[in-house]
Amino acid sequence: MSSDQETTNAFVRSVAERTYEYGFTTTVETEVIDRGLTEDTVRLISEKKGEPEWLLDFRLKAFRYWLTLEQPTWGHLKMPEIDYQAISYYADPTAKKKQGPKSLDEIDPELMKTFDKLGIPLEERLALSGTAVDAVMDSVSVKTTFREKLAEQGIIFCSISEAVREHPDLVRKYLGSVVPYRDNFFAALNSAVFSDGSFVYIPKGVRCPMELSTYFRINAQGTGQFERTLIVCDEDAYVSYLEGCTAPMRDENQLHAAIVEIVVENRAEVKYSTVQNWYPGDKDGKGGVLNLVTKRGLLRGVNSKLSWTQVETGSAITWKYPSCVLAGEGSQAEFYSVAVTNNFQQADTGTKMIHLAPRTSSTIISKGISAGRSQNSYRGLVRVAPKAEGARNYSSCDSLLLSSTCGAHTFPYMDIQNPTAVVEHEATTSKISEDQLFYCQQRGIPQEEAVGLIVNGYAKDVLNKLPMEFAVEAQKLLSVSLEGTVG
Amino acid sequence: MLEIKNLHATVSGKEILKGIDLTIRPGEIHALMGQNGAGKSTLSNVLVGHPAYTVTEGSVTFNGKDLLALSPDERSHEGLFLSFQQPVEIPGVSMANFMRAALNAKRKYLGQEPLDASSFLKLMREKRKVVELDSKLANRSVNEGFSGGEKKRNEIYQMAILEPTMCILDETDSGLDVDALRIVAEGFNKLRTPETSAIVITHYQRLLDYIKPNFVHVLLGGRIVKSGGPELALEIEQRGFDWIKEEIES
Repeated sequence: MSSDQETTNAFVRSVAERTYEYGFTTTVETEVIDRGLTEDTVRLISEKKGEPEWLLDFRLKAFRYWLTLEQPTWGHLKMPEIDYQAISYYADPTAKKKQGPKSLDEIDPELMKTFDKLGIPLEERLALSGTAVDAVMDSVSVKTTFREKLAEQGIIFCSISEAVREHPDLVRKYLGSVVPYRDNFFAALNSAVFSDGSFVYIPKGVRCPMELSTYFRINAQGTGQFERTLIVCDEDAYVSYLEGCTAPMRDENQLHAAIVEIVVENRAEVKYSTVQNWYPGDKDGKGGVLNLVTKRGLLRGVNSKLSWTQVETGSAITWKYPSCVLAGEGSQAEFYSVAVTNNFQQADTGTKMIHLAPRTSSTIISKGISAGRSQNSYRGLVRVAPKAEGARNYSSCDSLLLSSTCGAHTFPYMDIQNPTAVVEHEATTSKISEDQLFYCQQRGIPQEEAVGLIVNGYAKDVLNKLPMEFAVEAQKLLSVSLEGTVG
Repeated sequence: MLEIKNLHATVSGKEILKGIDLTIRPGEIHALMGQNGAGKSTLSNVLVGHPAYTVTEGSVTFNGKDLLALSPDERSHEGLFLSFQQPVEIPGVSMANFMRAALNAKRKYLGQEPLDASSFLKLMREKRKVVELDSKLANRSVNEGFSGGEKKRNEIYQMAILEPTMCILDETDSGLDVDALRIVAEGFNKLRTPETSAIVITHYQRLLDYIKPNFVHVLLGGRIVKSGGPELALEIEQRGFDWIKEEIES
């Protein structure tokens, strides 16, 4: 091969790879348990985490139930076969230190560096203003910042493993109360083998003074990550919670099967935002994270509020429906979503709004953006139960196509059992217009930047719902994810 | 500064421009007149590099550079500006973000530092006055929900920020009432420097009352068939184009 060609190839590679800037790996001594999943695996995980008997029972029940299930096939997805025996279910990058690290000095410098590189400094003085972070790598929480400061107001923010040890009554009361292990195949799997995630409790009448966030990082090879997050917002309390995710570039698929449960009591309000940037696989569709997630909030309280905002740009496959059960009278739920798929990515995402109580209302704004040969589906359910007098829902689902080889699909389901309910649904599909692109270019904006600008404009209604710092990140991410899609 | 030689161009395989020759020196205003379908808009689209048009023959040099070899954004950076006949709407993209991206792309091309947010907003405020654009419009998404007149004013506003040296006004007068026309034309005149050149495409004398051309050209069947001074536009206003056609045929 001539040196010219080599230079060209290197350039092409760098352009192709540029689109995922978090694809590095961290060299850190990681304790990985043997691959495979049996009852012994479940017991081993529970033992490693030093869990009480009741939690092991919970896991074992879930595992036995999971054994009776088949992986669901109803998604508009071509799912690669997952060999559940070929995955390791527990990887601990902090294993070198016997105890979990208590002060910064004890955290492996490599891990510190990794999170620095990801823009998530673990030193409180360097933190984004007003944001507390729980940093999770593989199966273990590395560090939770600002715990002490938050504790002054009675706020509990820690990893779920710590919560099990330090606040067992709270965890026991709520774990599985929103997403029971019998909910679905992946929920059962998660309930059996879940490792780390965050636990948040906001006491009565407290307005959480900081944004709480969890950053999930997959690092170890051949492992799955089974995040478990539980957020309880007590009466008249408020919290805004953010979640970010990245993973190295690997040729194999990696599994991330998570459960997030949220409980919202009387007049409480929770905002949950996700910027999901798992490795999407390469341009030929090799590798990438399989993001199979069950997220649900229970609006238990009267006039409680919950809003989900998600910007989904990563993952080879996204299967995710952050949902709301509106059980408290007058409760309000929102779902704002931007899902971007490029190359061979597939997304089947949306929400469920289950109206159980009178005068409940919900809003769904979904923006799908598809490029390359990707498939992007919105799937949503609006259910109004017989007792939900005067329930309201407004849904708007838009799809933007950037290529002629991608697919956009909308699967709205409605089940309305109360005649006083008002349910509206709007849907549009559009292509990015050549005239818009050219208009930008005539003003001097290069084509790729123009695509980013137009797409960001299209997604603005959703991006505006994100906290400021996240919105800026998300805007960049949208532009980067779509590099090279036009022309 | 702009030299067009024997320019031929097609759109969807159909030849529209059949040999255009035109030279524009700094500071000159050239009016381009002609009936619909004569190739006026095609010429402006070809000059700014619209991808739907293919140049089959001829050359265009701009400030000594081969214009046709440049991408549309590079042409813009070099100082070429088109005031669109029908400006598109870009929902969700604020005028501020749009113009900041445009201006900073140009500054990058010229090797200058990007303008910080506060200097840029100050610039926007100053330039807004030139075209008497409502501050509310400047805060809205690009052209979204603008009336026809507001869109045209917004084009001149963008021109004010980018400070091009060669402006193409493609039927900027269409759809404007008398007051709007005056504001747009006066805005353009205020922005002009002695070096600013322009191609003004129009059907009517009334725009040329404000923006006074040095030369008037008549385009017919993809060629410039007649050129003259400002009096030619007045004659066309009175007599139409048929006498020119007859002149050619005889």
